[in-house]
Amino acid sequence: MSGEIDINLNVNGRNHAVRVEPRRTLVDTLREQCGLTGTNAGCEHGVCGACTVLLDGEPVRACLMFAVQAQGRRLRTIEGLAEGDKLHPLQQAFIDHHGLQCGFCTPGFLMLAAGVLERRPDINDDDLREVLSSNLCRCTGYKNILKAVRAAADQMRGAKT
Amino acid sequence: MKPGQFTYHAPRSADEAVAMLAALSPQEGRVIAGGQSLVPAMALRLAMPAHLVDISGVAELARLAVEGDELVIGAAVTHSRFETSAVAGPLGRLLAGVARHIGHYPIRTRGTFCGSIANADPASEWCVVAACLGATMVARSARGTRRVAAADFFQGMLATALASDELLIEVRLPRLAAAARWGFYEFSRRPGDFAVAMALATYQLADGVIAAPRIAVGGVEDRPRRIAAAEAAIVGASPSAALLQAAADAAARAVAPIDEKAETVNYKRDVTRAAVRRALAAAAIAEDQRA
Ligand SMILES: Cc1cc2nc3c(=O)[nH]c(=O)nc-3n(C[C@H](O)[C@H](O)[C@H](O)COP(=O)(O)OP(=O)(O)OC[C@H]3O[C@@H](n4cnc5c(N)ncnc54)[C@H](O)[C@@H]3O)c2cc1C
Ligand code: FES
Ligand code: FES
Repeated sequence: MSGEIDINLNVNGRNHAVRVEPRRTLVDTLREQCGLTGTNAGCEHGVCGACTVLLDGEPVRACLMFAVQAQGRRLRTIEGLAEGDKLHPLQQAFIDHHGLQCGFCTPGFLMLAAGVLERRPDINDDDLREVLSSNLCRCTGYKNILKAVRAAADQMRGAKT
Repeated sequence: MKPGQFTYHAPRSADEAVAMLAALSPQEGRVIAGGQSLVPAMALRLAMPAHLVDISGVAELARLAVEGDELVIGAAVTHSRFETSAVAGPLGRLLAGVARHIGHYPIRTRGTFCGSIANADPASEWCVVAACLGATMVARSARGTRRVAAADFFQGMLATALASDELLIEVRLPRLAAAARWGFYEFSRRPGDFAVAMALATYQLADGVIAAPRIAVGGVEDRPRRIAAAEAAIVGASPSAALLQAAADAAARAVAPIDEKAETVNYKRDVTRAAVRRALAAAAIAEDQRA
């Protein structure tokens, strides 16, 4: 049916029962049906990365997926990154290293970096640059984003050993 | 930037997907695989399908396996599966080297190899690989299964031999000989952008001379293809800087860039020349001696 359908989304470990049209993108559904407005919609055609979320642990563009396609998968958004009042090391590092100015791109960069660091805690600088080039930031000039992610990576690795 | 209305279908098997396409393709139905080309086109309302048949969850289509001398790539295999060698030997390393040039990591986690082939963007890296190595495309519909050679498959900008009721069920790539040489070079304005021009070259060295060369160019003409004149320039000779330059010059002359303005045509020829020369120069260095 092109009319509305009932779906269940698992976001940050919580179930969201929502009713959407199939054409509803994942980013719009997260924002408008789930009330999770931390994920931003920028270009809405895959170029900017503002909408990046984790799908079964892997970063994806939430504007290039329909919400119906995310059923039965585990989604993580920026709202799930901190543990209560305790910021995720990436969030703290973005503050400490001035990795944001207006903040529009920040949720996307944080989820991109979180997804990659969980898979590749030992990622080298070249590969990290390549990965971070996925998303656009119009404010910072990227240097401080790179610095912040590098610092968080080192800290997260240190915390584990 | 909001896609138009459609009805969503999630087949659980390849047969079910093919049956759905038979029923729905006459009513503006089509396949969605990774959605990384289709969804942007829908957001821009360049595409307005009435039905989408989502093959991304069909487990049997996620198969990536060696069968005899071929690597078989199922329709749901994503770009990111190739980033670490998907198969032993030079083919796996070639695919890993090329995969990194496709968009960005979050695009590669969703986009599929077969989706790139079915989409037939002239600047698609996988289409160049398919044209260069001589891939076989396997198309299935309710009418049956057929195989199409790369040279017949790509028919122009975003145009292929696939009929609207056909699912590109898998692509078969011939494995490279263990001693095969390969080199890839792509020029794009920023990393992750579509290529201005790219070249892939493979050959073997037999007694110090080049045998079985394959040189393909993408991003320049309306479809990727092997450049016979460039291959002829190096076959039977031993690699040297002058020889590679001759092949690059031959390729630059042979291509017919799609842009109409004279300056763009000349620019595309120049970038083609550089891409072919650099791909051949990379191939000239044995893999175990690369940095
Ligand atoms: C920001 C961005 C940058 C990109 N950069 C590049 C790049 O540098 N190089 C590059 O090559 N690509 C690039 N892409 C496109 C990406 O590689 C796509 O994944 C690919 O072109 C299509 O694969 P898909 O699985 O996403 O197909 P979809 O988007 O799902 O489908 C594309 C088309 O193919 C059809 N189709 C898909 N699978 C099949 C099948 N099995 N049988 C029949 N028809 C099928 C669909 O109906 C549709 O018409 C980029 C995309 C984005 C958003
Ligand atoms: S909003 Fe999704 S990539 Fe820009
Ligand atoms: S901080 Fe403003 S876009 Fe990145």
